[in-house]
This record gives sequence, C-alpha cells and structure tokens, in this order.
Amino acid sequence: MRILPRLARFLALAPAILALAACKMEVLKPSGDIAERQKDLLLASTGLMLIIIIPVMALVVLFAWRYRASNKNAPYNPDWDHSTKFELIIWAAPLLIIICLGALTWVGTHLLDPYRPLDRLSASEPVTEQEPFRVEVVALDWKWLFIYPEQGVASVNELAVPVNREIEFSLTSSSVMNAFYIPAMAGMIYAMPGMETKLHGVFNNGGEYQGLASHYSGHGFSGMRFKTHALEQSDFDAWVDEARAHGGVLDRPAYLELEAPSENVKPMTFAEVDPELFDRAVNMCVEQNKICMAEMMALDAQGGTGLAGTINMAQLTYDKEIRRGLARPVFGQEPFMVTSFCTPADSARMFADLRETQPVVRVDQTPMRGMALPRPENRLGLGMNMPRLIQDARRPAAENQL
Amino acid sequence: MAIPTNVETTFLLGRLNFDAIPKEPIVLATFVVVAIGGVALVAALTKFKLWGYLWNEWFTSVDHKKIGIMYMILGLIMFVRGFADAIMMRAQQAIAFNGSEGYLNAHHYDQIFTAHGVIMIFFVAMPFVTGLMNYVVPLQIGARDVSFPFLNNFSFWMTVGGAVIVMASLFVGEFAQTGWLAFPPLSGIAYSPWVGVDYYIWGLQIAGVGTTLSGINLMVTILKMRAPGMTMMKMPVFTWTSFCTNILIVASFPVLTMTLILLTLDRYLGTNFFTNDLGGSPMMYINLIWIWGHPEVYILILPLFGVFSEVTSTFSGKRLFGYTSMVYATVCITVLSYLVWLHHFFTMGSGASVNSFFGITTMIISIPTGAKLFNWLFTMYHGRVRFELPMMWTIAFMLTFTIGGMTGVLLAVPPADFVLHNSLFLIAHFHNVIIGGVLFGLFAAINFWWPKAFGFKLNVFWGKVSFWCWVIGFWLAFMPLYILGLMGVTRRMRVFDDPSLQIWFIIAALGAVLIAAGIGAMFVQFGISIWKRNEPEYRDVTGDPWNGRTLEWATSSPPPSYNFAFTPVVHGLDAWAEMKEAGAARPKADYIPIHMPRYTGTGVILAGLSTICGMALIWYIWWLAIVSFLGIIAYSIYHTFNYDRDYYVPAEEVSAVEKARDLQLAQGA
Repeated sequence: MRILPRLARFLALAPAILALAACKMEVLKPSGDIAERQKDLLLASTGLMLIIIIPVMALVVLFAWRYRASNKNAPYNPDWDHSTKFELIIWAAPLLIIICLGALTWVGTHLLDPYRPLDRLSASEPVTEQEPFRVEVVALDWKWLFIYPEQGVASVNELAVPVNREIEFSLTSSSVMNAFYIPAMAGMIYAMPGMETKLHGVFNNGGEYQGLASHYSGHGFSGMRFKTHALEQSDFDAWVDEARAHGGVLDRPAYLELEAPSENVKPMTFAEVDPELFDRAVNMCVEQNKICMAEMMALDAQGGTGLAGTINMAQLTYDKEIRRGLARPVFGQEPFMVTSFCTPADSARMFADLRETQPVVRVDQTPMRGMALPRPENRLGLGMNMPRLIQDARRPAAENQL
Repeated sequence: MAIPTNVETTFLLGRLNFDAIPKEPIVLATFVVVAIGGVALVAALTKFKLWGYLWNEWFTSVDHKKIGIMYMILGLIMFVRGFADAIMMRAQQAIAFNGSEGYLNAHHYDQIFTAHGVIMIFFVAMPFVTGLMNYVVPLQIGARDVSFPFLNNFSFWMTVGGAVIVMASLFVGEFAQTGWLAFPPLSGIAYSPWVGVDYYIWGLQIAGVGTTLSGINLMVTILKMRAPGMTMMKMPVFTWTSFCTNILIVASFPVLTMTLILLTLDRYLGTNFFTNDLGGSPMMYINLIWIWGHPEVYILILPLFGVFSEVTSTFSGKRLFGYTSMVYATVCITVLSYLVWLHHFFTMGSGASVNSFFGITTMIISIPTGAKLFNWLFTMYHGRVRFELPMMWTIAFMLTFTIGGMTGVLLAVPPADFVLHNSLFLIAHFHNVIIGGVLFGLFAAINFWWPKAFGFKLNVFWGKVSFWCWVIGFWLAFMPLYILGLMGVTRRMRVFDDPSLQIWFIIAALGAVLIAAGIGAMFVQFGISIWKRNEPEYRDVTGDPWNGRTLEWATSSPPPSYNFAFTPVVHGLDAWAEMKEAGAARPKADYIPIHMPRYTGTGVILAGLSTICGMALIWYIWWLAIVSFLGIIAYSIYHTFNYDRDYYVPAEEVSAVEKARDLQLAQGA
C-alpha cells in the first residue's frame, strides 16, 4: 500500500509532463498549413468519436458496478435478451458517427491529397501566382539526396526551402522503399524505386525542423535524419550561394559513388547537378550504358524489339547487387548487361522523344468540382497533372538554365 | 542450373559453415542457457521415463482436447521468446540516446523487431487462438472430435515445425531484418542475400500449411458435426466467431502462401515478380500481403469476441443480449475485413478517391464492432455480475479495446494517417487492440476454461496480481508510445538524437518490466494451482464451476476422451442452461460402444520431414531437400495403407467412466 502515495504523486506530476511533451509534439503543433489541417482533421475525428467512446466507457464502469453480484437491490432479469429500441440505438449511434466521419474523411482526403497542388498557403493567405518551389528527393542507402532543379544545386541530409511558398516534392528511391516525412510541414509519402511520388507542402514559419525516414529500409535506417531549414527568401538565396561556393559536382559517376550504402552521413552540398539525374534515378538508368525503364516501356509499347531484343532485354538487370555482396538467386542464369543497342546519337534522340511519349504517371481522378471546393487554378496553362518532364520540355529553354 | 560463383556452397552442407554460428555475446549466452535447459529437460524426461508417455499419450494424439492443450503450450513457450524480444527492444530504445549506440547493433536489433512481430502473430496469437478453438468448439457443439482428427494432429505439428525453424534462426545463421511482413525489394535477394528471409519464408510456409488445414478442419467440423437440434442460429457465440475465423483462414491463408511462393521464386530462381526492374512490382507484394494481413487481424480477434460473449453472459448470470445482432455483426466483420487492406498503405501514393474508399470501409467495420460492445454492455445490464478473473479480464478488455478502436478509426482517416503512419502511435494502436483484445481475451479464456480442461480452478490471488500488473503495465508501456507518435517518432528506430524523448522510452520500458511481472505472476498462478490441484477450493467435481450456459459444461472436468457418453440433443440457445433449468437428468445406463479415431505418429513424422526439408532449402543443402521431400511423399503414401484408424470404446469402459463421474457428482453435491 505504500506504493499508493507515490503513485498519486506521479499522477499529480503527469499533467506537467504532458504539458512538457505538448510543446514537442510536432504533429499537434505544426508549422505548415497542410500539417495544420491534417492536425485539425485528427482532432475533429477524435472529438467525433469521443461522443460515443466516453459514454460507452462510462456505462461499462457504471453497469459493472451497479449490477455487481453483491448489489441485491439492482434489478435482475436473467432472460432479458432483446429490446428493439436498444438494438436500434446500438446500430444507429455508431452509424451516425461514421456517416459524419466518412463525410469528413472524403472531403479531407481529397483536399489534403499530397498530389494536389495547394489551394492556399495558410488560412489567411491565398496561393500566389508564383510557381511552386521544386525539390527532387532521392532516398539512398542510408541518406537523403535533395536536388534543387531551379537552382541547379543539391544537398545530402540537409534540406533548405523558402518559407511561405508552395513546395512540390518529387520523390523516388534508389534501392528499397522508404518514406519521407517532415512532421512540421505535411504528412509522409513513400519514396519507392522505379516510381515517382509527389508531395505538396508549405512552411508558414521559418525555423529548423526535423525530417526523417519513416519506413524501415535496412541497417542504416536510424541515421536517415535530416534538418529542414525553412528560410526567408534572402536567407535561402544565401544558402544557395554558399552551396555553389562550396563546390562539388553531382554528375552520374558521383551519384553512383554517393548511392553506395553508408550510414550517418554528415550533411553536404553540391554546386552543380546533372539536370537529368532525377529522371534517370526514377528510370533506374544512372549507370552509363543502361537502358532507361521508360525507354524500355516506350519500345515495348511500339511492339518491342523482336526476339533478339527480348533475349537481350531479359538480361538487363539493375545490377545493384554488387553493392551488397552476394546477391543473386542461386538458380537461374548469370545476369549480364547489354552495353548499347544503338549509336549514342540514336540514344540521345530516343531519350528526347521519350519526353513526349512517356506515359502519364498519374491521372487526376479527383472529383473536386463542387461549388464549395473549387479546383485550384492551374498556373502553367497546362494540364494540372501533366508529367513534369513534359512541362519541362514545353517550358522555354532559358527557364531550365541556371 | 548453374550455381553462381558468388554464393559459396559445398555439396554436403550447402552454405552452412562455421561462420553461420552467431558470435554475438548476447546470442551466445542465450544459446548456452537454452542448451543447458534443453539438456536438462531431455535428461529429466529420460530419467523419469516420460518419453513413451509423451509419445503415446500426447504427441501422437488425435484427441482435439490434447491437441488444443499442446497448441496452448506452444503458444506459451513462443510467447516467452517473443516477449524477450520485446523487452530487449524496450531496453535498447531506452538507452540509445546522447550518442550511445545502445547495446544492440543494427544487424541484431533489426532481427529482433522482425522476430518479435513474426513470433507474436504467427507463433503466439495463432497457436493460442487455434488451440482455444480446438479445445472448446467440439465440446460446445456436442461433438466427439473434429471432422478430421489426424489432420488436426498434422496441422499442430506443422505449426511446431514452423516454430522450430524460426527458433533455429536464433542460433544458426540469422533471422530476417525486414520487418514482420518482409516487404520487397528489401526482402529480395539483392538486399537480403543471406538466410534471414529464407528462414522467414520457410518458417511461415510450413506453419501456414498447418494453419490452413486446421482452418478447413474446424470449418467442416462446425458445419457437419453439430449436435442434433443445434441449428446455425442456436450455435453458441464462440462457435459462431470461430466459424467466421476459420472461413477467414481458409480464404486468406492461401493468399499468404502464394505471395511467399512468388517471393521464393524471386529469391531462388531469379524471377521478377517483386524486383525493382524487369517489370517486377514491389507494390504487388504489398497489396497481396495485406489482402492476407488484414483478415489475419480479424482471424485473431473474432474468436476472442466470442470468448467475451460467453464470459459476459456467464458471469452476468444472464442470456447474451442481442444474440442475433451479435451473429450478424460477426458476419459483417468477416466480409468487411476483405475490403480494407489498402488502409495499411495510404501513404504509398494511391489517389484520394481510393484512399477515401478504403478509409470509409475501415470505419464501417467499427459499426458492427461497436454493436458488439453495446451487446456486452447490455448483457451486464440487469444482470448479476460476478467479478471472477475471466470477467475482470473482460471488463479490462472493454475499457482498453475501446481506446484502441478509437485510435484505429483515427488511423483510418487518411489525412490523419499521413501524419501518424509508421509512427509509434501506430505501434501503440495495434498493441492496444492486440494486447487489449486478443491477449486479454486469451487470459479470460484460460481462466474460464482451465477448470474444464484440467479439473481444477486457477489460483485467484496470483491471477489478480497478474491482472493488475498486466493492465497497469500495458498502459504504462503504450501510453508513452502514443505520445511519442504525436511527437513524430518513427517505429523500428535503433538510436535517437533528441534527448527529450528518452523519458518516454524509459516509462515504456518500466511498463514492459511490469508486464514481465504480470507474466511471472501468471506462471506462479499456474504453478500454485497445479501444486494444490487436489485441495477442495481448487478441485472442480461438478464439471460446471461457473454455472455455465453452453454444452462444454455439461460433461465432466476434464471431459472423457469421447466428450459425451450420449450425444446431447439441443433445443435452444444456451443448451446447458436450458437443460439445467428443465432439470434434465443424466442418463445413467444403456451405454453403447463409442466410435473413436486411433492415435497415429504420422503427423509428427511428416511435419518432422517438412521441417528438415525447410532447413535444407534455407541452407541450399539440395540433396537433403530432395531426400526429405521424397520422404514426405513416400510416407504420405505409406500412411494411406494404414487401415487401422479407428476403434470402439467398449460399452463397459464407457460405463465405468460414467459411473466414476456419477460418484464424483454425488460427492460434489
């Protein structure tokens, strides 16, 4: 029994501890509009459910106590097992809550879809004419690579973005699945090899926030943390200048070196980046002489390359195995790589064509055309979900230059 | 079939060599302890000449009651292992701050969290649930055994085979470091080249055969072997929920088997189902595995919903409120559990409409679940609630599970899931429902049916100690995880850099210690009860210690091998309660011979060969794999020529057993 006072003391301390924790709870106290609205939805849903949860829990305690065996005053009806009135309440009450919650979910899910360009920067600020700030993210083993296509710089395990501007992340991974998460800005999204995912977000307050990997990806997973600096435009420009001054070139060979597994990598920057790097990472053809996935798909779409092509293609494996030592299936053929099947000039032309023919990665099926929920204006005079490659191709060349 | 040069193998031992023995001190120490314990056990069994008894009375038994008990023992042993993993994780996370790497390296830690998940789901929860259904269902429906008694024995030993393989990975080689569902590409040969994932695959495949077969077995049993008069709508609720669970098993485990086969082909034959390139799609694996995985959680929880129904109604001394709506709710959950799998990966970039669809279907499941909770609530209403241990666990469940259900619905709201997915909030949620639902239910069930199985009650004092340690320990261990999740802390982290998180991990670790005390108290409870089993306050001579309502309480504790001397005839729900009310008398003469299945060692032998085959495939010992596989085929064919499969219990023997029971009843009265 001597433990009881101690327990009571601990319980008295509990609110203080909770308050202490509250200031660290990034999910409940975010700095970006998307995360803010996700939090609102989270709280609203919790509130809705508590309408039914609290009475149920109270009734459990009440009934258990009131109808305890020793309480002979309570009524006892051993054969009472049905009441249409109660049954109606039993099914209808949760149903009503779920209808409300379902409506909230439908609207919230569409409005906060990570693929959807923002419709506002914050509750008080509408979205500006300014193009979104683009960041290309590659999950490597075990660090994050951030490419800034407009600035032509890149960084590892450190992200700098301007504050109060829509940010559009394009994400992929070089080897295994991972998830990209900055709790203060917006929910997470997976980064997956051979695929490209999108995330839109904005920071409303400047500062330094934690970013992390939220899907286990192997031994170095714990060290895949990065600082996110949300900076005023001038500070951001200074950051870019510093990155440029620091030097370092991230071309394809440098990328291949970087993507080899390493743990707890210190932040670093690159002054120059191969502009095709991200697309090549998505298409798994950063290596010299490797056919790109999109290219292969384009070939297949045109009927393929015949039997010879099939035999050759079948051997084209994305030979990451070497990085981790033993790695091939015990049976089956020894993989080999076709170095090239056309001249470099052909190859270049094919890659150029690819920009027009690449299959649309994602079609927007969001039926958000109700009066209350206007579709955001598209800003480029192009289809909202046109793949970025095509958008790039159609944008004046100068804009793609540094 | 050229064996690539980059895998060093020998003909005799495949890729097994001396390097495969882990050198980590923790593993080595565990190995030494387990080895000493094992040798001691074997020595004791030999000294007391128990091998023959075990083999003849237990291992080869096709009696559903003995198999049920063996399932429970398997679950209990594996539970200790799974919990050891849990406490190691809690310890690692509580100290790995301020630059400390903790005491586990990544290779070891990653195996631990994978093994914890795999063991707790496949080798703890599944055997517990299967064992419970095995024991109780035939008794509740007034049957003598299950439909396919030999298959039952074989299923059990296949589950043991899977468990043996998973345990072997601790001392020879390594276990998977992929998380409990082994998502590719990480689980592919390119990123997990050694034996870890192969242990995972073959362990689950062999156990999966057992699970699927026992699912078929129990499903058929419930459909075909019910006592006369017991229509579907007169089945006890536990039988109903077991029935739905077995339908789920039969419909979903083949999906798991196929998914693992495809992964196996990728790893062994170089196919490209789930690889990054050459048209493979890891997303396909994730869809497939969750199409199995979501029904799996209902496979685990549904039978326990049945347990809570039985317990609430028995200890409230009252008919279950809303039996019909309870049954419909169960069936609703069964169907809906197939329509929600995508909620496990809202964050993998499916569109908003798809996400909303799966989010809303998930929420809809909470309606029948909520209805069930209300039904239990109204069963207590106008009842006489006796707070025996099973009822205490049930009330703890009602309060705990409600919170877990709420956080579950919260995670079903995609935008909320985007900020909480893969976080410790998620971990807290599913432990909240699995511990608060499945485990609490199992403890209720163990306390409830133990007297039936062994003829004596469990000690109440140590049961209460265990109860309070568990309940308080649970909240202490998992509340901090909810909070950490809201702080944006991800699961499966090995080291942390933010020192302010540490206090929460320390609290969680204390919770785990309290749970350990709860487990300890439970073993003490079992020990004391077994020790004092013949004392009158423990002894159950009536066969009906709780004033039960269903048929299993109509027979003696423990029941005779044939369960019922005469097959009972059922007229309504709560058959035994009605019999008692009507003052039905026990028939005391005119016994007839009873047709029963004969014990056989085939299940043990086939499962043993399968386990050897699995180990051979894991280590690339091809000759052994071929030999053991041929052995399985040959022995199966041999078994088909065994015509000595049944016998009759002579009427005299039945008469003698029932006379003894009459005597016992007379003493009790």
